[in-house]
Amino acid sequence: MIQNLIDGVLTGSYISLGAIGLTLVMHILRFANFSHAELLSLGAYVALVFDALVSALVPVFAVKIAPLSLTWALSAAILISMVITAISALLIDRLVFKRVREKGQELSMVFASFGMALIIRNVIGLIFGLSPELYSKDIAFAMILSRDPLILVKPDQIFVLVAALVLMFLLHLVLSRTTFGYSLRAVAENPSLAQVNGVNLSRTIMAVWLIGGGLAAVAGVFYGLSHQLIPVMGRDLVLPIFAATIVGGIGSVYGAVLGGFIVGIAGNLALVILPSGYTPSVPFLLIIFVLMIRPNGLFGEARA
Amino acid sequence: MPDAILQAKGVTAGYVPDLPILKDVSITARAGQVTLIIGPNGAGKSTLIKAIAGLVQMSAGQIAFDGGDITGIRPDQLAQHGISYVPQTDNIFRSLTIRQNLDLALRGARGDAAATLARLFDQFPALAAKHRDKAGTLSGGQRQFLAIAMALASAPKLILMDEPSAGLSPKAAQEVLEHARALTEQGVSILLVEQNVNQALRLADHCYILAEGRNQVDGSAADLLGDSIVGEIYLGGRRVGAA
Amino acid sequence: MIGVISYLVFFATTASILAIAVLGLNLQWGNTGLFNGGVVAFFGAGAYATLILGGTPQAGHLGGFELFYPLALLGGMAAAGLLAWIVGLLTLRLRHDYLAIATFGVAVAFENLMRNAEWLAGGAKGVRGFERPLREALGDGFLYNLLFFAVVLVILIATYLFLERLVASPFGRLLRAIREDEEAAQSLGKNPTKIRLTAFVTGSVILGLAGGLYGTFYAFVSPQDVLPTLTFQIWAMLIVGGAGNNRGAIFGAFLIWGAWTASGWALSRFAPVEAQLYTGSVQFILIGSVIVGMLMWRPQGLLPEKLVVSQRGKTPLVKQGV
Repeated sequence: MIQNLIDGVLTGSYISLGAIGLTLVMHILRFANFSHAELLSLGAYVALVFDALVSALVPVFAVKIAPLSLTWALSAAILISMVITAISALLIDRLVFKRVREKGQELSMVFASFGMALIIRNVIGLIFGLSPELYSKDIAFAMILSRDPLILVKPDQIFVLVAALVLMFLLHLVLSRTTFGYSLRAVAENPSLAQVNGVNLSRTIMAVWLIGGGLAAVAGVFYGLSHQLIPVMGRDLVLPIFAATIVGGIGSVYGAVLGGFIVGIAGNLALVILPSGYTPSVPFLLIIFVLMIRPNGLFGEARA
Repeated sequence: MPDAILQAKGVTAGYVPDLPILKDVSITARAGQVTLIIGPNGAGKSTLIKAIAGLVQMSAGQIAFDGGDITGIRPDQLAQHGISYVPQTDNIFRSLTIRQNLDLALRGARGDAAATLARLFDQFPALAAKHRDKAGTLSGGQRQFLAIAMALASAPKLILMDEPSAGLSPKAAQEVLEHARALTEQGVSILLVEQNVNQALRLADHCYILAEGRNQVDGSAADLLGDSIVGEIYLGGRRVGAA
Repeated sequence: MIGVISYLVFFATTASILAIAVLGLNLQWGNTGLFNGGVVAFFGAGAYATLILGGTPQAGHLGGFELFYPLALLGGMAAAGLLAWIVGLLTLRLRHDYLAIATFGVAVAFENLMRNAEWLAGGAKGVRGFERPLREALGDGFLYNLLFFAVVLVILIATYLFLERLVASPFGRLLRAIREDEEAAQSLGKNPTKIRLTAFVTGSVILGLAGGLYGTFYAFVSPQDVLPTLTFQIWAMLIVGGAGNNRGAIFGAFLIWGAWTASGWALSRFAPVEAQLYTGSVQFILIGSVIVGMLMWRPQGLLPEKLVVSQRGKTPLVKQGV
């Protein structure tokens, strides 16, 4: 039970990171972006490539940062992947979503995002093959926190949690202390009022894609560190991150963080009462539950 | 007569192509004056202000401001030209604090932001006292003052105000309108849309009456105050170019 | 020769069943603007319920009610409608993303439940023990398939005529009014949520009908039949054919099903053996590209909606200078 709770918090850390970008995009561009989870897999695979590349070019970097299985090379690869994934998110918007927006129906964006999800997911499958990949082939040994009840935690998991919390705190500082942060929140609340107060809407949208893409890349790598990389990982992540945005309230960054942890914990606690085969349904049950008792989520506001 | 600061000529605009709400409307706002626009519901008053601010597309007409052409301006460039716009409702960011609202408005402003902020807090002591509170917690009148303070942040030459007294108690409405009047003494010109006709006519210099998207009558506010034509247009008895 | 005709009948039957599903989706998306991200759940509910209600008793899972076939099919439609009613009740009063996410979630959960709950529908092995109606009289051969095709065709035409009349009726005009401008529709004194719910449930009942026919055709349904792939295919059919146009929906169903079948055949025939594993990936990329490409270059589809719709009242974000 306690083990499930701890695992849930750790799962929650990458779901939250993924949900932050999704909730911002959904709020500002007003569409459910079903391809957001593919940014997580893109980020994870880009990091895989650069991990290998950096390790080969600078062998000293291929050393583990004890006691983690994470190497210096992978750390560098994460940063590179954040940049590449952020730019990819922006490019996808420029090449596809922006054009669909301009063609008229905002609702069609949801279809377009599903189409993009199919394309990205299967192109990754074609390039990297359908079998799973790992960042490190070594078996990571878990630390025993307690023998009775038995509670195990891997050093990597602690790192993932701490790093995710640090990133979230940095984002919190930006949103609550800088005028750039205010302008993001202003556009989320009222785009045309933000404009008449001098906020450039298209630049803000670019910033949202960059932030969302960057955080998605980290979330993807963290997922890979905790599990393994498979091309269809986006398919398995899309519902949990949507559930996190709905639980937290669409548009609320803090809601997405909290929602992510709730989804992670609920998924792991469900294992206590449900067979593991039902895990994929848990986010859906959570969505239905929230829609019944508090449709606008924990921090969301009603908006047409 | 003072110089024209803003001239809108032959403005035809609407939310949907081929369905203009404004038809060939022309108005002039003069420097240092309060120029009032009144008219019955659906006359196109707000649409005119939005068209000037670049929030509604114009299919015909020109807007000249302070010697330059600002037709089809992008709303986020208004402040750079010296224009501020106070929308009717939702004119502050409820989820930001008062201070954050002002910081946002000050972001692109010229000059010393800290000094401007201090000046604004001097001018609106009620806002200074609550600057850490979320703007959503303010009363209706205080919201209008915050919106006006945000408009003043960029040191504008002209403020477009869309029904600042809407939804306020008569007392708060009077305060807000008087404050708007007082701004002209700081050298700011005001283009004001109001439903509160009598109160607004008392403090305005010049007044335009719109109905059904067209100019009807204009004249000095003092003259129109006692004129029966205002009532006639409101009641629909007399219209120019009515369909 | 009989082989070719037999294959054509088989192809046309499947395409017609899918066309019925596309018609159901068209009522939701094309006419009312409701995004259904879980088409396959309603299709699947129809298939599973029809087979469970109409099948012979099986050890280990629910079913074997051996209902008279038309009743079983109606039961399938009702199951799909009930599912839609529950989801719609929870989401249709909220902003549109909620419906998209909730319906997507329904599809994930439905497949997950069918795969795991052996007591309910046989789990991964699927529902067996269904006897196709009139099989004893007609046998399993070409004649049966031809007759079955004729029945499906009649149902397709009936569905088409029903929807055409519905869309032309005052109710149909209301649907479009709500799609174009909800506030305006509300100001007319209509309750948009209720009307949208009616349209969503009706569309899902039609999806359930298609699912029921599909299950009948194969006399078998398993979790493999309710994968998200089917949702994407049915969308592509509607988008390519032309959302809002019922004839376009049918045309799109035949075109995309033909293209899907042909691409699958071509890949299995001409792709190198080592690449065979990736046939699915290539087909998904194709279908994703078709959806995205149509939305970018011809969002109205090949056969656009004929009706002149009222102009949109709200200024979309794009026009605000994005």
